[in-house]
Amino acid sequence: MTASTGRGLLHLAAAVDQPDTYEADPYLTLTRLAERGALDFVTLGDSFGRPGPDALAVLSRVAPATARIGLVPTVTTTHTEPFHVQAAVATLDWVSRGRAGWRPEVSATEEEARLFGRRAAAPAAELWGEAGEVADVATRLWDSWEDDAEIRDVATGRFIDREKLHYVDFQGATFSVRGPSIVPRPPQGHPVTVVDTTQQHAYDVAARHADVALVNAAGPAQAAAVRAGLRRRAAEYGRDPDALRVLAALRIDLGGGEHAAVPGHGGGGPLPSDLGPLYRGGPVDLADLVTAWHRAGAVDGFHLTPVVPRRDLERLVNGTVPLLQHRGLFRTFYPGSTFREHLGLARPANQYAALAGDLS
Amino acid sequence: MTSTAKQPKPRGRRQLNKHIHLAAHFPGVNNTTVWTDPRSRSQIDFASFEHLARTAERGLFDFFFLAEGLRLREHKGRVHDLDVVGRPESLTVLNALAAVTERLGLAATVNATFNEPYETARRFATLDHLSGGRAAWNVVTSSDAFTGENFRRGGYLDRADRYTRAAEFVATARELWDSWTPEGQPRPFAHTGQHFDIEGEFTLPRSPQGHPVVIQAGDSPEGREFAASAADVIFTRHGTPEAGRAFYADVKGRLAKYGRTAGDLKIMPGVTVVLGDTAAEAQERAAGIRRQQVSPQNALLTLEQIWGVDLSSYDPDGPLPDIDPVVDSGLSQGRTKRGDPRAVAEQWRALSRAKGLSIRQTVIETTTRQSFIGTPQAVAAELDEFVQSDAADGFILVPHLTPSGLDEFVDQVVPLLQERGAYRTEYTGTTLRSHLGLKEPVPPAREEGLTA
Repeated sequence: MTASTGRGLLHLAAAVDQPDTYEADPYLTLTRLAERGALDFVTLGDSFGRPGPDALAVLSRVAPATARIGLVPTVTTTHTEPFHVQAAVATLDWVSRGRAGWRPEVSATEEEARLFGRRAAAPAAELWGEAGEVADVATRLWDSWEDDAEIRDVATGRFIDREKLHYVDFQGATFSVRGPSIVPRPPQGHPVTVVDTTQQHAYDVAARHADVALVNAAGPAQAAAVRAGLRRRAAEYGRDPDALRVLAALRIDLGGGEHAAVPGHGGGGPLPSDLGPLYRGGPVDLADLVTAWHRAGAVDGFHLTPVVPRRDLERLVNGTVPLLQHRGLFRTFYPGSTFREHLGLARPANQYAALAGDLS
Repeated sequence: MTSTAKQPKPRGRRQLNKHIHLAAHFPGVNNTTVWTDPRSRSQIDFASFEHLARTAERGLFDFFFLAEGLRLREHKGRVHDLDVVGRPESLTVLNALAAVTERLGLAATVNATFNEPYETARRFATLDHLSGGRAAWNVVTSSDAFTGENFRRGGYLDRADRYTRAAEFVATARELWDSWTPEGQPRPFAHTGQHFDIEGEFTLPRSPQGHPVVIQAGDSPEGREFAASAADVIFTRHGTPEAGRAFYADVKGRLAKYGRTAGDLKIMPGVTVVLGDTAAEAQERAAGIRRQQVSPQNALLTLEQIWGVDLSSYDPDGPLPDIDPVVDSGLSQGRTKRGDPRAVAEQWRALSRAKGLSIRQTVIETTTRQSFIGTPQAVAAELDEFVQSDAADGFILVPHLTPSGLDEFVDQVVPLLQERGAYRTEYTGTTLRSHLGLKEPVPPAREEGLTA
């Protein structure tokens, strides 16, 4: 669906992080708001190193109370067993009926290591290497059940066809997993992997394993170059670059009026900030920025982090999104039901089923 | 009303009777789950979990219970294929169920061997926050190298270390749950023990229940002691009323030395119920379910688990093998053992000879007898009697059908329990602790950071 120039469907996502928030309702409110704007997905960050609830749990709580929007929690891979990681993400896909993603992240600090007391802190580069292996074993475990493994054959008394269950026998640098998973293959085949390349050292994991990569860019030209580079690297790993969606990460502060506080800001680039590129202005000029970048083929879409969560998401959904819809750039409803369908990504073939086919 | 007449203890008015506590066990990977029945639905789809949870809440149950699996069971070196296989991850399912229920407690089984206290405490505290105080944790341990092949940790935990690890795990989790100040400020913790040496800050404030409810499953002496010292609920095996009273007295008798009272630990055996319009019809249905539960293939497999050798040449409708079992053959992996195989084999052969039973009939007779069979009136009376005579505080119901297996019970038995004054007619509190009548844990009043 997406041409190599990037001028395919526009994809929009929003962060629903809120400080000091532990109960379900505020997360539900923001996710429903994003769903009202037909956004592709929401993200929720997570870290053992700062206050906050378990993000995957929060989005599981949100899942039955929403219908279409993709749900992407951050899941850290450093201190959690890979087998548990993949089972939880697969289960989020089941309880959301095909709307799960995950954003792998590492825990590189000594403080986080001391919470577990099992391994010493390691450099982020090393831990991202391990995160790549976790992403790899996760897809293997999701594939360890073929889609039609459950047969319920009363005549022979067999609930499953065990020829369609597979050991993964994964041997990584720091862990091994025998398999198969305890969870049957999730509705999407593989839940969507979102990799935030604004994290140093995550670039290669994105090129190899991401369905969606988040990138930092100060302007459309730089974004286009980053996108082209990621696609090239993905191709070097033997992937189809058109199966990778590249979204610009942008913090948005829509507290001003209709237009940008900085003249020309909407049509130009965002401002640099400590936490990444920041757009400050009104919803109309944000729509102009999105339009300009998208028309230039710079990115496949945007991942927007509201500076003031409720206010800025409301202005995004009520102001920016209708303009983009009016311009024919953004969907007005969800034509599909799964997150992969929103992204225009195919349901992946099962690597073990394919292997069996080759041998026959 | 005659069922309590033989109560030895003097009792006041009827409404002062003990209230029965009820829980619903989702029937998944379990050899009592009947998947061949046309009414059987997915053990994976969220709709199935939602149906059973809503049924339990309609029946004003205390909680909904999910078991755990960390490796698919194997038999003769291959994945076991005769029972339901596969399940979603429990805590994720329970967080989703919190969205479609309002009062029902939500209990997940999480292994203390293949998890770490910090993350487990955090996941249960999160569930407790997101559900408004309805989380429960069934603590289990495993020493099993077979399961360990899916994990970094492996399976090296000695059997003797299982309960010391579990006890320290729970104690550590409680230190974390207690770590924030009552005013909602993070406060550092530090724990140093035999199994864990950790420090830092927890990421969540004290949760609505203070501590999620802790369940312990298991009847061994170590399990009883652990439950008496640390659990809020014990999930036990069901037996005769006499055995139940002995167990009840034993476990409750262990509480005082931990400064606890009888009400602080609820004893809930896992039970199965079959209803009928008449006693005869209920018996007939129960026999039919037992035949469904033990297919000819499953009968041979059950025997192979005990004998430890391949018995595929035997006729399930024929007599039991004359050969003796091979102990510790490793033929079956990932299952709870049934005790000394030679003794079990001898018992089963004796039963088969005495009653003229085939292999399949013997397995049906020994493994699947339901706990309560009868009319709704008779079952309600028996359940009430069991609780009023201190053989239990309540029951964890294990239905044989997914997800409709408790529909009849909730529609037909719950109203009768209510009429008897033995069961709540509404939820009076919002938290699982309030349903179970458990005290709120008191937050520690320490000024400084916690130290072990």
